[in-house]
Amino acid sequence: MDQKYIRNFSIIAHIDHGKSTLADRLLEATGTLSQREKTDQFLDKMELEKERGITIKAQSVRLKYKADDGHDYILNLIDTPGHVDFSYEVSRSLSACEGALLVVDASQGVEAQTLANVYLAIDQDLEVFPVLNKVDLPSAEPARVKEEIEEIIGLDASDAIEASAKEGIGVHEILEALVRKIPPPQGDPNGLLKALIFDSWYDSYQGVVILARVVDGKVSKGDKILLMSNRKSYEVTKVGVFSPHPFATPSLHAGEVGFIIASIKVVGDAKVGETITHFHRPAEKALPGFQVVKPMVFSGLYPIDPGDYDDLRDAMEKLQLNDSSFSFEPETSVALGFGFRCGFLGLLHMEIIQERLEREFDVGLITTAPTVVYHVHTTDGQMLRVDSATKLPEEQAIESIEEPFIRASIHLPHEFVGPLLALCEEKRGIQNEIRYLTADRVMVIYELPLNEVVLDFYDRLKSITRGYASLDYDFLDYRPSKLVRLNILINGETVDALSLIVHRDKAAQQGRELTSKMKEFIPRQQYEVAIQAALGNKVIARVNVKALRKDVTAKCYGGDITRKRKLLEKQKEGKKRMKQVGRVEIPQEAFLAILKVKEPKQ
Amino acid sequence: MTGLYLHIPFCLRKCPYCDFFSLAGHSDRISEYVKCLVAHMELFRSSQQDPEPFATVFFGGGTPSLLEPAEVEEILRCADHLWGLTEGVEISLEANPGTLNLAKLEGYWAAGVNRLSLGVQSFHPHFIETLGRLHTLADVENSLSWARQAGYRNIGIDLIFGLPGQTREDWRRDLERALAFGPEHLSLYGLTVEEGTDFACLQSQGKLILPGEEACADMYQDAHVFLRAHGYCHYEISNYARPGFQCRHNLIYWRRQPCLGFGAGAHSFLARSWGERWASPPDLGQYVHSLEQGVDPASQLEIFSRQKAMAETFYLGLRTSVGVCEADFVRLYGAKVREVFPGALERLADNLVFEEGCWRMTYESWLLYDFLIREFL
Repeated sequence: MDQKYIRNFSIIAHIDHGKSTLADRLLEATGTLSQREKTDQFLDKMELEKERGITIKAQSVRLKYKADDGHDYILNLIDTPGHVDFSYEVSRSLSACEGALLVVDASQGVEAQTLANVYLAIDQDLEVFPVLNKVDLPSAEPARVKEEIEEIIGLDASDAIEASAKEGIGVHEILEALVRKIPPPQGDPNGLLKALIFDSWYDSYQGVVILARVVDGKVSKGDKILLMSNRKSYEVTKVGVFSPHPFATPSLHAGEVGFIIASIKVVGDAKVGETITHFHRPAEKALPGFQVVKPMVFSGLYPIDPGDYDDLRDAMEKLQLNDSSFSFEPETSVALGFGFRCGFLGLLHMEIIQERLEREFDVGLITTAPTVVYHVHTTDGQMLRVDSATKLPEEQAIESIEEPFIRASIHLPHEFVGPLLALCEEKRGIQNEIRYLTADRVMVIYELPLNEVVLDFYDRLKSITRGYASLDYDFLDYRPSKLVRLNILINGETVDALSLIVHRDKAAQQGRELTSKMKEFIPRQQYEVAIQAALGNKVIARVNVKALRKDVTAKCYGGDITRKRKLLEKQKEGKKRMKQVGRVEIPQEAFLAILKVKEPKQ
Repeated sequence: MTGLYLHIPFCLRKCPYCDFFSLAGHSDRISEYVKCLVAHMELFRSSQQDPEPFATVFFGGGTPSLLEPAEVEEILRCADHLWGLTEGVEISLEANPGTLNLAKLEGYWAAGVNRLSLGVQSFHPHFIETLGRLHTLADVENSLSWARQAGYRNIGIDLIFGLPGQTREDWRRDLERALAFGPEHLSLYGLTVEEGTDFACLQSQGKLILPGEEACADMYQDAHVFLRAHGYCHYEISNYARPGFQCRHNLIYWRRQPCLGFGAGAHSFLARSWGERWASPPDLGQYVHSLEQGVDPASQLEIFSRQKAMAETFYLGLRTSVGVCEADFVRLYGAKVREVFPGALERLADNLVFEEGCWRMTYESWLLYDFLIREFL
């Protein structure tokens, strides 16, 4: 098809602003998805995505649309992941498009996440046009939100489309606007092949499936292709498009979006942002913007049952097939035995991986507190990258430590600014800017140590702003910092898996908070349990979990025996989520107690 | 040794802490129910192989003292006729002091009842009221003296501790008052808030504040020290008796010996193979209806494997002061306790003793019984 009848676009929206529902409506309206096939939110494939309402992987789908001008158009909807952890993926998905719909909830207004992605889109010269969703809600304020879009983003919102994806309002107008406003692809159909990988995943039957946008030239079944960053070559076994079900086509031409299968074994070989060209007629230069994404957040994952170690490794290998940004390597803990140190893009990524391991692979896990990568300069002149408190050298061997800082943009209603500033100060933040976007929408920019953010920043932010804030961040740099290892001792023994790297000035307070939080999680046991926090050999906090005094069924006669036993069996089932450390049984949650120190008592 | 349990699921009023199956305000259905009990016994017996006479009979409830002596007699006559009762059979009846008089007690005695278990619960009027009991202190005193007068030489008193607002001193006074009557047997139950009871509801609303774990443990230990000093043996977690007056019926449960249960909500333990537990539905209508159709209302609750039988034998036995006799265990299962539970025994080393050929839990460890026996589940 002639490129002038192709439109490639994505939808930018904050979580819950209705992106997936709108995508479904577009699929329906163009007859791409029949009523019969309609499941809620077709584009969110994974169970977990459905549950959380967040897109984790990018998707793409080809819509055929006969526009009011009488021509048949191909509209390629490229869905983007919806979370700050995946901003690189978002940027690659966007660069496969010429335009984007900015979907804003007509009652909520613009959020920081939306803003970050809109700027990404504008930076890449995408034609962005606003759609106000949920205009059917009684709380909708389209006029105010339009004003906000103009003031905050600087985008003309005078002809913003008012829509309700749920009710099917405005869908036709959106389709027409896509055709009218978004420019067609401008690539050279006869040039040397350049195609951008914006997603890839592993399929157990076909190997790696690549989602790509062909920029110049064409790619056909049987072609020998070259991946330009890693110089690996493969033979294309299949190309095609999703509509929304996959079907094979002979080739993909300049301007088109589709899948490429080429006997690639691991997704790590077909990274997002990579450029595909022909092996025999390679393009001179790769497409811009390729980066290798590095894990930012690390934590230890250990099987609760040591017998599950091999299963856990297999499960992680399987996950890694689809997620090259997740890394793991074996790690041993005195307290927890054999496990893995895993790297994640961010906290959400960590939670998702954890949940998938437990849910899809049925492995009970202990997760240790998340940490970042510190640069440790030793007295003998080395620089160590330390991603776990246990790997921090002895204090006398350390010359200095540097920790990663981020720039966080937080977008919130003005009444929550006070509490937010207090939170950022508590988190050792450095204020950059407070910008009033409108009379009551504020953008606060802070430089923050990533370490503080991975601990409980999100949850605290959510609770102090009652969910009205949104957060986006970029990595800044490494800065020297006074950091120390905080050890936790249970009955006098250091439990390595509970150690943390904290700022010296906050160590005493964190030690107290952590020990008293742990006391809530550790149930009373046969003997008293002492929980201590220590810096080096110096104990800075101590609490005791008193010994269990009485736990006995008083009446146990004929009719009670079976029932009481079942009750005890059920309780014992709950105890399987505990890890025996010495004589003490520590529940799963206690290892993450540091994330919960500011929550109200249980 | 086989026991017979008869469940009498009628009460004048439902106590707010009790989760046993019982109906309040249906006393008019008792005579119909007794006929069903008899029919149930006959039905079961008609298909039973190798019947054994009963060494113990226990009327439990509910409130068995709502039965007329003639009804008790009818049931016992039926049991004797169908299975036989051994010489020296122990026949217990649970009685609510608020439902007794001398004539009734004499009638039960004449029918064959030789052991009374009185649901006193507390001697303190305030706590009697808290527990929603219908009886008065005078009822308790009268019942005990009538019982002696009627001829009972084996009387048990049930008390509850850990009541809302109760102190160690309150509890101590309850024990003293109980001893003043010279009971042969005492059952002392730490109050447990059972799911679905009025107490559970109050507790969830924050309206039932119980003494803490520490206070309850202290009360438990006070009772142990006090009653032993007065010549009672602490023969099971919640039970004390003068020598020779242990409740033989209840020992059957802890020794995992067979016991046939009849009545709505009653459980049976059958000794065939590694043991089976059966139960009749805790539903009066269903129970009556089933028997009218000539169908045994009981259904199988569980059937034991050797492993599960060994575990249950061991942990139920640990509820008693005698414990689990190694020789009996070997005779039953052809394996030594140490071979069957090596890990658990090691982990419970502080809590178990092996003496006089038996595995025993110390009485201090009984306080943690539920926590400790998880090792065997």
